[in-house]
Amino acid sequence: MALDRKIAYINLSTGEIETKPIPLELRKKFLGGRGMDAYLLYNHTKKGCDPMGPDNALIISGGLLTATCASATARTHVMAKSPLTGLLGSCNMGGFFAPELAWAGFHHLVIKGQAKKPVYLYINNGDIEIRDATALWGKTTTDTQWAIRDELDDQEVKSLVIGPAGEHLVRWANVMTGIKNAGGRTGMGCVMGSKNLKAVAVRGTLDIKIAHPVEAFEFNKRFIEQITSAKVNQTQGTLGTPFIWGATNSWGGVRTRNFQYNQCENADDIEPERIDEICEETMGPYHMAGCFGCQVHCRAQHKIPSGPYKGRYEEGPEYTSQGAFGGEPDCKSAETVLVGNHLVDQFGMDNLETGSIIAWAMELYELGIISTKETEGLDLRWGNDEALIEMIENICYRKGWLGNTLADGGIPASEKIGKDSFDYLIQVKGMSNLHSDERATPALALNIATASRGSDHLRSRPAIDLYHLPEKVLRKIYSNPIPYDGPLSSEHTEYIGKPWQVFWQENCYMAVDCLGICKYHTTFLGATLPNFEDWPKVIYYNTGLELTPTDIWEIAVRCNTLERMFNLREGLKRTDLKKGDLLNHRYFDEPCRRGALDVIGKKIDRKKFDAMIDEFYGYKGLDKKGNIKPATLKKQGLAAEPSHVL
Amino acid sequence: MDKALMINHEKCTGCRLCELVCAVKHDGISNPTRSRIKVMKWEMEGLYIPMSCQQCQDAPCENGCPVGAISRNETLNRVEVDQEICIGCRTCVSVCPFGAMTFNAIDRKVIKCDLCDGDPQCVRFCDVKAVEYVPATDVSIVKKRDAALRLKEASKKADSLQANS
Repeated sequence: MALDRKIAYINLSTGEIETKPIPLELRKKFLGGRGMDAYLLYNHTKKGCDPMGPDNALIISGGLLTATCASATARTHVMAKSPLTGLLGSCNMGGFFAPELAWAGFHHLVIKGQAKKPVYLYINNGDIEIRDATALWGKTTTDTQWAIRDELDDQEVKSLVIGPAGEHLVRWANVMTGIKNAGGRTGMGCVMGSKNLKAVAVRGTLDIKIAHPVEAFEFNKRFIEQITSAKVNQTQGTLGTPFIWGATNSWGGVRTRNFQYNQCENADDIEPERIDEICEETMGPYHMAGCFGCQVHCRAQHKIPSGPYKGRYEEGPEYTSQGAFGGEPDCKSAETVLVGNHLVDQFGMDNLETGSIIAWAMELYELGIISTKETEGLDLRWGNDEALIEMIENICYRKGWLGNTLADGGIPASEKIGKDSFDYLIQVKGMSNLHSDERATPALALNIATASRGSDHLRSRPAIDLYHLPEKVLRKIYSNPIPYDGPLSSEHTEYIGKPWQVFWQENCYMAVDCLGICKYHTTFLGATLPNFEDWPKVIYYNTGLELTPTDIWEIAVRCNTLERMFNLREGLKRTDLKKGDLLNHRYFDEPCRRGALDVIGKKIDRKKFDAMIDEFYGYKGLDKKGNIKPATLKKQGLAAEPSHVL
Repeated sequence: MDKALMINHEKCTGCRLCELVCAVKHDGISNPTRSRIKVMKWEMEGLYIPMSCQQCQDAPCENGCPVGAISRNETLNRVEVDQEICIGCRTCVSVCPFGAMTFNAIDRKVIKCDLCDGDPQCVRFCDVKAVEYVPATDVSIVKKRDAALRLKEASKKADSLQANS
């Protein structure tokens, strides 16, 4: 049974390993995946702990439904205190790792301590072994995975690994599995590197009994049909996420030259159709790949078509790479986007953070805040493809003054660079924004300002706000499972009704992250995709756990509050530009210079934005300062945390 | 009409849903080691090949079985194992040229594709149609058409080369 999957505690300093069952009562409060991770992080770290010290807890998990007969539940979640932000560190990735972990007997791993020399964990059907990784140190993410398979003489082993960026403690180093599945944000690879943990390798052949197999089986078929019938997923399955970049760029929602423009002009070479052409030319007509059990298959296979990396196999690029290595630095070559994407995958570093921080450095270079003195001769002008690629490598290996400085993250780098460099950094809570420009979309701006892991679209973005759906459609979605009769607007430039949408999405995304479901299978990009009303059956048939839509909502609300508790404990303050729910002044002061008629000239109205945050805080049970009201903690059953049950 | 499982590995996305549904359909349990179909992967090349029983006409497993537990079911056009007779010696596993005969170490018995008694669930769930269940005669027709298409494209290219010369 899925509910039998255990938790393992591994101390890399002492070598102690302990496994425990997960009590049903905790399941009912936090489900699994990200929600349970938040519980574990809050309970296993002390206030002010050093993110790169032995006391930080690295938590790796699958969702409640992972490896059951529910499709697209392959998500792996990783959590720890972030070395990039000093707040919540949290990332989520697809692939095949989490199901293998579940078949090996585990849903959660809590890794503490610090190994004296490089090690990796080998988990095989309930057994956990700490093995020497000296020979793996220095290897890229894929080389590490294949070397582990060869060493263990088992080609079915799935590994979650760090690359050279994690070893060099780049603050936003990621964790990778497979070719391109990345737990990208907040530097969880840096935490692994600080623990001298190169990889976690798993192999599992243990049964997961399905509670009601016939019903689960047929329900899954229906579920898949609902998911694959959505036009947005059919497009994902043909072009991958690049289609989103194409759509948002033509409309004017893509950061260009850091934050100077909101549209990348004359960029035909990096449009989705061109990327698709390269995939077809290098991999043939059937070039889409999928994560475990998923019929959306959004990963585009390709080989790099030209240049020094010609012929290298890769997957993606995601739209974030078009933004990071295309729009933001104003580079307009497919080869550059694909090489940048390939390098960050191989090095194990977040593409969004990498592109954003280099684009920021380019703007500082243009403004004269840094010069060839700091860049050591590198011409960091806009659109210099070679300089962009060189910078990626410099950051990964901390080469040169600038590479080493940027590798510490935006805020520490701005403090070192000085002058008014911080004013140009497009970040929230110390984490760079992705490539999207939210000045014309207050709902999306509210989302990035308040997301628990910093400037991020996958925590609460009401992406369907861009579709101008009729109000009655919006009301049908946003009035379940909790009634909502406040205002809702089809207009994406509006401020009214948006705080509720962001609050609803925050809970929706938390629920899928607890269950292990991919966000393409819920109300993220498609309005017809499953959410709260659809999940009780899939949970019951697969695990036997009986929950109502409202129960799932309440769990999600509780888990979000717990993440807030962690952030508040570590110093989050509403109005702190470096650790708060605030946007860079440019969102309020600089109007969009390009784009469609409903975008050009738009900027965020500070007064209305503050009112949105007040309203959003109200839904979350926070006071005006953003602190959690004692009554909220009591109501959500969190007053006794940390409770140390697990 | 005779029907056969037709696998077109080029279409496979490597998601392994076929393995999941095979195990759940037969055993009510999620565990790919219980699956009769298995996707073999070369991730570094993006190559995924689903492997399953070919239901051979002159089946080595049937020929090699020392107790006669394996026989051909002409109605379903499949090779099947009689678990009542099977002694679990795994001779079939060692002689199968495709590795399609599997020993399930949990239940201690050999397992193989039974075409879900004529309604293969791997086919039902494979959205990209990398696994299809077609009249046996169609298997080669489809392959012929694909090969002919490649020739057609090649001759088109040759024409344009001549035109350019």
